[in-house]
Order: sequence, then structure tokens, then C-alpha cells
Amino acid sequence: MLRSKAFNLLKSIHLMSGQPKLAYKGIHPVIASHGHRSHRSVGYRQRYKTGAGSAGGRTLSAPQTKAMSEKELPGLLILDIGGTYGVQENIVALLKKHFCLITMKEFLENKKEMSKKIQSVFVSECRPTVDQELLESLPNLKVIGNSGVGVDHLNLKMISNFGVKVTNTPHAVADSTADIGMALMLASARRLVEGSQIAISPHTKYFAVDWLGVEVTRATLGIIGMGRIGYKVAQRARAFEMKILYHNRKQRRKEEEQAVGAHYCEKMEDLLQQSDFVMLVVNLTPENHKMIGKKELGLMKPTATLINIGRGALIDQDALVEALQNNVIRAAALDVTYPEPLPRDHPLLKLNNIIITPHIGTATVQAIQMMAEEAIANMLAVLNGQPIPSEVFPK
Amino acid sequence: MEDQKLPCVLIDCIGEKHGVYEEHVEFLKEHFCLITMKEYIENKKILGKKIRAIYMWYHKPVINEELLQSLPNLKIVASSGVGIDHLDLNLLSRYGVKVSNTPFIVSTDTADLGMALMLASSRRLVEGYQMAVSPDTEYFPANWLGDEVSGATLGIIGMGTIGYKVAERAKAFEMKILYHNRKQRNKEEENAVGAIYCKKIDDLLQQSDFVMLAVNLTPQTHKLIGKRELQLMKPTATLINISRGLVVEQDDLVEALQNKVIKAAALDVTYPEPLPRDHPLLKMENVLITPHIGSATKKTRHLMMENMTESIQAALTSLPIPHEVLL
Repeated sequence: MLRSKAFNLLKSIHLMSGQPKLAYKGIHPVIASHGHRSHRSVGYRQRYKTGAGSAGGRTLSAPQTKAMSEKELPGLLILDIGGTYGVQENIVALLKKHFCLITMKEFLENKKEMSKKIQSVFVSECRPTVDQELLESLPNLKVIGNSGVGVDHLNLKMISNFGVKVTNTPHAVADSTADIGMALMLASARRLVEGSQIAISPHTKYFAVDWLGVEVTRATLGIIGMGRIGYKVAQRARAFEMKILYHNRKQRRKEEEQAVGAHYCEKMEDLLQQSDFVMLVVNLTPENHKMIGKKELGLMKPTATLINIGRGALIDQDALVEALQNNVIRAAALDVTYPEPLPRDHPLLKLNNIIITPHIGTATVQAIQMMAEEAIANMLAVLNGQPIPSEVFPK
Repeated sequence: MEDQKLPCVLIDCIGEKHGVYEEHVEFLKEHFCLITMKEYIENKKILGKKIRAIYMWYHKPVINEELLQSLPNLKIVASSGVGIDHLDLNLLSRYGVKVSNTPFIVSTDTADLGMALMLASSRRLVEGYQMAVSPDTEYFPANWLGDEVSGATLGIIGMGTIGYKVAERAKAFEMKILYHNRKQRNKEEENAVGAIYCKKIDDLLQQSDFVMLAVNLTPQTHKLIGKRELQLMKPTATLINISRGLVVEQDDLVEALQNKVIKAAALDVTYPEPLPRDHPLLKMENVLITPHIGSATKKTRHLMMENMTESIQAALTSLPIPHEVLL
């Protein structure tokens, strides 16, 4: 589904810009159709096997191709190739098919020449930082292609004032992030991390039979933020016979609600009071900073678990520490915090009723690839003056 | 202590490591006169004749021929959980003692745990947690990746109640579901979860990204997964065991993991439990082990206790026994 969507976007853009159809002759029929997920693992590899070998059926030699590419392909600024914060090698290879890559280092060493070439910036894990200075030095910049759906790290108004568009990747992130939400809920409820520590601890002599967790099946899940990711969480939770409540800016259509058995809570308080698991799946905006604070935690059941796969700043972290220490709620499971990582002396790290993961919502081989593809499709759409699949506008 | 009206039921002990839960005692005492092993041993002559049922909580008390000989009025052993591989059914049958387990009540929790293990293993959750809290962590590396569960292929070996519930859950993750079972399920059941039958286990092993064991332990499933089966699996595949440790030839599994014949394993069950503290499985990075917690939730354990009570009451009043285990 979403994989073939991104790929078809890429395909249609290239066809419109005059590249030979031959380039995509080898599309695995499964992907080209409706991209049925069951063939993902096979089709995925196949596609890239095909892609690598079929650069439009060209038989030009490498240097000629390079020279041509540098002239024809638009300049794309990235932070770095490889290293701690850089773009992974296989993603770099993918980007190089459509762009002339310029690293931050190369740009800084040769600003005069490079600055005019750069038409797009690929932002991955919030890097490179897009500030006023950078925007001022890139006169031909048309688009910031963000890898990932959250854009709270970008100053949308400022970027817009420079006439630069911003795009994100809402489709590519949805499945893997929904999966992490479910993983955290299950791990927390069943005390999986603790259990694994007991299982391997050198001090363990026997497994206590009264060591218990709480049920997920038939429990009540309250989803705050029923966008693309929230809805996929609901689809998964339904299979666990969970009762699903949700709070969202807008109520979803009846068919959508019925498909997952979700009940709308216009007031977030109602959701908080009734849920066994509360999952935050909203994007961070200036309006919803610390939307979960002392009051909200106090409304939750003392047996409830708070799960955050949105952004760390949605939660008043000090209030959360207090709530967990005083058993106001049972537990928390956070893929996101503020900052990331937390300072090593932060009280959240010392609690035993919390699971924290290092922002791995989209940390899968498959998602990283799909995010790059979706970002590429969006950036090319901007540069080619075509309809942009996922543009983000300042409020 | 000796209420003549309530039937006498033998238990191992209350509290401690393996005992009946303190919270359950009140409910049980409404229906039974509980006699602990200690009390029985101190007064075998009198109590032996009174005991009409054994409430076996997590394999205790241990039943042997000697015990059966001294409990002439024993009608039933109610065993907690669904597995009965720890009972000598032939022996019990010879003494005319019925057996019950708690099959359905554990299904959803166990299926949930199977999903939890699959997700945790694939997304490297425990490793990630350790990184997030480690005093040495300065930053979160960009290249640190797991593998996707959504859209992958799950092969379920053993499509009984638990296996089917796993399939129901996996379907919501848009997984492709293959299954191997003694009997093929009917078409409606298969279609409801989109499961494809693999008559030959080899076909399932070769195509799956995740192989989940949900069989019960019998002489036929003992060491079902050994060197041959592991080699048939993809090198990128993960083995998940929520059945019994003995379904897997453990030494072969260690070797397969060490030589990257398969990618990872996630085990709620091992043999024995716990493993000896120097066992190689405990040190492997690509192995996730949990301490047999498939049915370890408050609600389920309470329901198990109620189930067992029902079974004992039925046996003692000569009514059909819910969840009777037949030879």
C-alpha cells in the first residue's frame, strides 16, 4: 500500500520529466499493483535489485554518467554521509539517483560555488539544522524534504518567509510507529523488560509464580490523536479485543469509527478517566505542549499506563516523575522524551515502573528506506512544479 | 479447620515461591476445606481418607504413586494452566482419578505474550531500553535499526486456541500468516485470519520471517525444532517459543544462533526453568528470554482459580467436568 504509493509517486514524477519508461520496466508486478503487504519482504528486495541495475537502460561509462548527473541532477544538501549523525550508505545511494549530493562540509568549504547549486535540503533526525543563516545562504533553495512526519524542529513560518516549501513523510512512518506503540503497551503491561532481566540474572534461582502483569486483551485503550498513526494503532488494538476510545481535534467519520470500534471522546477528561492504557499519538504544536500534566495524570486510573509515541514535550515530565513515584498511575512507556537522550541523572531513568526507548518509532530497515523514498518523491514534485503529496504549511 | 460439610482439598502450601496466592485463599475456603501438604504429612492417617481432590497450582504438590495410594477417596486433580506434560496421565487413570486443566482461559494472555515477544525482539526493545537508561549513553545513534513486524510473514506452528488467537492479532499488523497443524482448519476459520495451511512444516519454515511455536508438548512435538528445522529457516528469521522448552532441541538452537543460521530467538519457555546460570542462551545478544509469564496476569490467574474450583466441584458431585483432560 504505502510502499507502492511512494514508489508510484517516484515513477510518475520521472515519467513526466522525460526519463525513459525503461527505467521501471522491471517493477515487480506485486508492487506495481496494490503493493500487497504480504509480499513485502520479497518484493522489496526485488525492487532494489532491479532499480540498481536499470538506470534508465543507460550504458554510459561511470565518469560520463557522473558528469551528466552533476549537470542534470538538482543539488541536495545533507548533513553528512555515514558517521554518527549522517545519512546511511544505502539511503545515500538512493538519493544519488535523483540528486547531486552536497554534504554540509563540502558546502561550508566552498560556499560561493555550492550555495547556488542547492535546491533542496534532506533533513533526517532533525539534521542538518535549518536556521536563518542557512536559508539566507541558499538563494535557489526550493524545498526542505523532511524524513519523518514530525516537523516541530523546523521553524515553518521562517522557512515559508524565504519562499521555501517543507514536506514530510506521513505515509512511510505510520506502520512502524503504530507497531512501536503496540510493542510498548504490551511490554509495559506484561513487564517484559523486568521479566527478561529476571530470566538472565545471575541471582535468579527460581521463577516466582506470583509475579504478575496486567492484561491487554479486552482492556480499554484511549488514543489521543487519531491521525494516520493513531488509526493504525486502533486497527491493531482491535484485534486484541480492546475497547477503544479516542480524542481528536475532529471526530472521524462513522464508517472509520465502526471499522475499528472506536468511541469519540470530545472531552479528553472522559478518555483519561476510563482508559487502562492512554497512548499519545499527536504531533507537537505550540498549543499542545505539556498537554499531559499533573491534572491529566490525576484523572487517569491508578492502574493505568501512559504511552508516548508522539513527542516528549507533550508531557510535563516533572509531573510524570511525581505521578510515577506516588503511584498516581501504574506505569509509563515512552519512545520520546525531552530532550533525547535525557540527562543521565534525570529521575525518569531511576524509576522501576517506566520503559524508555531511544526514539525508535521508525527505526526499521524498511521504514528508513520508505521515508527516504517518500521524501525524494516530495522534493522532486516541488522541483518539477508538480502536485506535492505531503506539504506542511505553517499555521 | 475441619468443616465437615466442605470437601477436603489438598494443596501444596499458601504463599511462598510456588504456593496458592494469599488473595485466592478466601474464595477457595468458601468452597473447600483446604489441607496443606504439611498438615497432611503430620496427620496422614486421618486426613488421607478425607482428601477428595488435589488443587495443583503450578505443578505442586508433586503427585506420585505413593501419594495416590494414600488418598483412597481422591476423585480429581485440577491442574492450573493448559499444559499437562508434567502429569502422568496413565498413572492417574489407573487409580481412577480424573484430571482437569484450564485451557481456554490462558489463551488470550499467551497470544498477547507471543505478540509482545515478536515485537520486542524485532524492534530490539530491551536493547533500546538499556541504551536509553545507560549511564554511558551520550547520544542515540542514527544507524541503530530493527526490523518491521507489519507486513512480514508469520509462521504459526500449532494452530490451536492460542495459535489462532495469535493469528487474529497478527492479521491486524497486515502480516502474511502461514500455519502448520495436525489438521487443517476449516475454510471460514482460515479466511477470517487470512491464514495459509502448510501441510509440510518445511514450507512454513522456509518462508517465514517469524516462526512461532504454539503447540502443546507431546511425544510427537518433543524436539520438533532441531538442527534441520533451524537450517530450513531464513537467516533473517526469528524463532518465538510460547509453548514448552522441550519442543526445541536447545543445544541445536544455541548453535544455530551462534552461527547466525537464524537471526534471533524470543523464548518464554526453556528447559529447565530457570536455565542454569551459566547456560549460553543467557549471554546471547540476539536472545530474549522471559520467565514463563504466558498467563501471568492477575485477572487470568483469578479466572484459572475459578475454573479449577468449578472442575473440582463437578467431579465431586459426579457432574460432567468442565475442561476434563482425557487420555
